[in-house]
Amino acid sequence: MKFFPLLWSSLWRKKTRTIFTLLSIFVAFLLFGLLMTIRGAFTFGVDIAGVDRLVIIHKVSLIMPLPVSYKDRLKSTEGVTEVSHQTWFGGVYQDPSNFFAQMVVEPEPFMKIYPEFKIPADQVKAWLADRQGAIVGVDLAKRFGWKVGQKIPITGTIWQPKQGQTWEFNIAGIYDGDAAVDKTQFFFRYDYLDENRLRGEGLVGWYVVKIGDASKAHEMGAKFDTMFANSSAETKTTTEKGFVEGFAKQVGDIGSIMVAILAAVLFTMLLVAANTMAQSVRERTSEVGVLKTLGFSNAAVLALVLGESVLIAVLGGSLGLGLSWLIVQRGDPTNGMLPIFVLPNRDVAIGAAMIVVLGVIAGALPAFNAMNLKITDALRRG
Amino acid sequence: MNFISQTLAVTMLNLRTIPQRLGSSGVAIIGIAGVVIVLVSVLSIAQGFAAAMAQTGSESRALIMRSGADSEMTSGLSNVDVDIIKQAPGLRREGQTAIASAELYVIIDIPKIGTNSPANVPMRGVEPVATQVRSEFSITQGRMFQFGTNEVVVGRGAMVNFQGLTLGSTIHSGQNTWQVVGIFETDGSIAETEIWCDNHVLQGAYRRGNTYQTVLARLDSSQSFDTFKDWLITNPQVNLQVRREVEYYAQQSRALTSLIRNVGFSIAVLMGIGAVFGAILTMYTAVSTRAREIATLRALGFNATSVVVSVLSESLALAAIGGAIGGVLAYVAFNGYQTSTMNFSTFSQVAFAFQVTPRLLTMGLSYALIMGLIGGLFPALRAARLPIPSALREL
Repeated sequence: MKFFPLLWSSLWRKKTRTIFTLLSIFVAFLLFGLLMTIRGAFTFGVDIAGVDRLVIIHKVSLIMPLPVSYKDRLKSTEGVTEVSHQTWFGGVYQDPSNFFAQMVVEPEPFMKIYPEFKIPADQVKAWLADRQGAIVGVDLAKRFGWKVGQKIPITGTIWQPKQGQTWEFNIAGIYDGDAAVDKTQFFFRYDYLDENRLRGEGLVGWYVVKIGDASKAHEMGAKFDTMFANSSAETKTTTEKGFVEGFAKQVGDIGSIMVAILAAVLFTMLLVAANTMAQSVRERTSEVGVLKTLGFSNAAVLALVLGESVLIAVLGGSLGLGLSWLIVQRGDPTNGMLPIFVLPNRDVAIGAAMIVVLGVIAGALPAFNAMNLKITDALRRG
Repeated sequence: MNFISQTLAVTMLNLRTIPQRLGSSGVAIIGIAGVVIVLVSVLSIAQGFAAAMAQTGSESRALIMRSGADSEMTSGLSNVDVDIIKQAPGLRREGQTAIASAELYVIIDIPKIGTNSPANVPMRGVEPVATQVRSEFSITQGRMFQFGTNEVVVGRGAMVNFQGLTLGSTIHSGQNTWQVVGIFETDGSIAETEIWCDNHVLQGAYRRGNTYQTVLARLDSSQSFDTFKDWLITNPQVNLQVRREVEYYAQQSRALTSLIRNVGFSIAVLMGIGAVFGAILTMYTAVSTRAREIATLRALGFNATSVVVSVLSESLALAAIGGAIGGVLAYVAFNGYQTSTMNFSTFSQVAFAFQVTPRLLTMGLSYALIMGLIGGLFPALRAARLPIPSALREL
């Protein structure tokens, strides 16, 4: 550590050059953080989808409904802890551009299956008591400025009420959850829908089943599908994780596009940084000679040059990564199109590792050359 | 005259010595090429998607859905609604037949090629008159399906992107099986991602009773839209919305296209800033390694402006090379690249091809030149301001 002042002063030997190198590394890691966040947003929360939760959909397609009567048969199957059904409502609040997901659920099993949605106890009570009650995510409530108790009219697109076109809801509660939970959803009660819809009575969208032993997911899925085979509504069961992944894949391979862009960015920055380091060491050939004359070992010279390059990378990279983290904290900039907008800790760690790797690779060749430099050559060249 | 020849001389000197500074010039070129590749390829995604959606729809066709429905998927019409629609004025008729097709639009799960995971492929049940409504429809392989059977025809885009949809194959879906007897094209519109069959057969297969989802109607002319629409809207027996087909598809593509464009531009701007720093570094290096030469020129009487111009032209030349390389690579790698994505308003797949258009290439090249200009400016000014005596002494 006693050589730190030496490192520091050689870093600032040419101010402009160091500043621009810092800035380009800064930009590279700012991009790294943002692209990783976008990539995460397009996986629709694969990371938190439970493996002990199975999703059962109609075999033909997700849009085909299943009968509500399957619930009891599923519930009485051995190894099943909880069963909840969900239905996509797809209504419009004021204007079609205000899109957010509305789901029809049964409150009690729903809350048991999804403990990650945190709702205050008095609001749970209010929801259970009010047929027209709905609970909404904290981000959604913030977006439209909704308060508990407020009345929300939503126009049905798939489901028409018996009278008019509008469904009225009361906000019974606002749920929260950790960063990876989608807090832009709107959940309301199945009994309200079923009693008031014009047609489609007794039909639900899909089932979510919680099983006791996650390792049996595959067998349980096969068991459910056999149970309903040759009925009027055959089923297809996947783990919730598989279901979400499949959905993400339908959007396209956003992940590999992001990785490709990042590879281009980081490769370019590596070139820039390596080129600068090489040049700065070349200019100091005679200084290296002096250091060696003073008794610095080859290893020490190697460490000094590598240290300088790692220092630049760490300064620029951590600022960039830090800024991207700050930007992501401010939340989704697209107004609800990317409900899960977080920079995963795993990617922060990957970023940190890449910063160090970048510094080492950029400095490796010049450091190696400096180490092998003969004192006589170095001094003569100056 | 003297000024111009001076400038030319210094510029040529700079450009001719680029090969001696290959390392740092290469960094600038690669940096700028990288930015141009990313900019052009991301925008080509948006371009391809928007083009597929825009090609769908004609001014002279109207799409009728239940009022309140926001897409074909969520709409629902009874057979009474359909009968009334077919009586509306402004509709094209041939003899007694209204050129309007009552259709069902559903999803069928078929694995996407390459991922093996199921994708929501749209399936459309049509009437025999559907091919007259869509005059761009043509069968390219096999034949049209027979109405009343479980035969289907598959769009070209669907065949390319999803498994087991080639001519002669059988699709198993739940308890239904479908025979593929033909492949069709619709001039690159998104209907090419669809599978078509008889609407009555599809009603049975998807338990839709005697209901439909939309009616696509050919208008007498594109001016008769208002007559047609007003008659239906004011008819108290039905509760419908009438839109021109083009407007419907333009609105469906808006959200995704603008999302891709915004992401693409933001990435390109950020990357561009990084590349400009790279270019600045390169040019500073170029200037500082030649400080003595520049000072010598100045001492010989070359003026400062010609030095500025020469440094700027070098940087612009590097940027142009980088931009050209980036554009060519993006074109070679991505133009016509087939893919499919989810159209969120119908939850169904849309197949499309990336399009690297001349406009995008021009945009990429201009962006490269802007980066080169900014990257060269400060080093150029520094070169011009070099104090001659100390620069001559340097090194």
